[in-house]
Amino acid sequence: MQREVVLALLAKEPSHGYELRARTERALGPLAAGFNAGQMYVTLGRLEQSGLVTSTREAVAERPERRTYELTAAGRERVEEWLTDVTWPRPDLTDFHLKLVVAAAGRLADPVELVSAQRRELVRRLRDAQRAAMDEPDGSDASLLLEGVVLRIEADLTWLDACERVWGGAP
Amino acid sequence: MSPVVRMIGVCKHFGKGEALVRAVDSLDFEVSEGEAVMVTGPSGCGKSTLLQLMGGLDLPTAGEVWVGGRRIDRTSERARARLRREHVGFVFQDFHLMDELTALENVELPALLAGTSTGRARRRASALLEEMGLADRGHHRPAQLSGGQKQRVAIARAVVNRPTVLLADEPTGNLDSVATTEVLRLFDTLRANGQTLVVVTHDQRTAATAERIVSLRDGAIVEDHILAPSTVNAADLLSGEALT
Repeated sequence: MQREVVLALLAKEPSHGYELRARTERALGPLAAGFNAGQMYVTLGRLEQSGLVTSTREAVAERPERRTYELTAAGRERVEEWLTDVTWPRPDLTDFHLKLVVAAAGRLADPVELVSAQRRELVRRLRDAQRAAMDEPDGSDASLLLEGVVLRIEADLTWLDACERVWGGAP
Repeated sequence: MSPVVRMIGVCKHFGKGEALVRAVDSLDFEVSEGEAVMVTGPSGCGKSTLLQLMGGLDLPTAGEVWVGGRRIDRTSERARARLRREHVGFVFQDFHLMDELTALENVELPALLAGTSTGRARRRASALLEEMGLADRGHHRPAQLSGGQKQRVAIARAVVNRPTVLLADEPTGNLDSVATTEVLRLFDTLRANGQTLVVVTHDQRTAATAERIVSLRDGAIVEDHILAPSTVNAADLLSGEALT
């Protein structure tokens, strides 16, 4: 999760490590608590090893050198994949919220579009679950379990409505 | 083949000046024969108004409304009443059954009003109640029926004259999940028999069973998509649950 957030913020523009940290804090607000200074450089190092970012050294007089980090084509592709991935293996609200935050902060995608794509995927799953329930006799174990699946997906869809209200700026 | 329902540039505005409300705004919409469409959206998005315009219960401020090849927004109230009786079936959230009539009498009433003979109307109503799993409830009054049973009687009444299109406004809004599932199974049966169906609903599970979902916001269509048929069965879904 941290890797994707760092990549997504770099997608807007290249950045120094410390600057990136400040931007992360601004973009994520309370969720930024998990990102400490050391972690940011470890994450950047790993992303560089994986070929998702490159860095260039910059000599500054009387100061320790600083590195500017920049996304590679592969890194940009990875951000794209993460933003458009709708698998949602189990409802990971924080991950989805981070997608919305960094998509908006980096102007990478319209958060309302991300919500719509996720909603289409959940509606598809809700359809599968409700159709399966309609094929089971009322009062059976399977129909009760499927009711649980249906209710959880409905809760997630209701939450997506709340996301849309906030990000869509609807009155 | 011409569509069963066709709306072209339809507007429905209420009030004027600063108080103007655009309940439906420049909307284009078509429903093909045999199609089942669910219209969804938050309350106040215009979905009920849309259904009223489609069924000739209300007239648009501008635009054209066609049902079964007839333009209905320029006709007299009397002509629209006849169109509703003969070509449109309505189902409402709170059933709208007549309390003093039995289930059977409720179902046969629209057939009698449309001029069907007493014997034929009775046979048609009995056959429909049987199809709805209510053969033994024909002589019960609405007060003696559960919510799900009442709605099934209301659906039987709505299709008794073999309408060109069945319009349902929040048909599962007052029902629990078991009764909702019963009603949804019934819609499937009607659709399998070729009934064209437009359902307005804010219930996610009702909407999800459609093959086509139309989303409204502020009186306009923001999304219109077709869902591929379900390929997953209960076992797949529940084994997935066990893993998480």
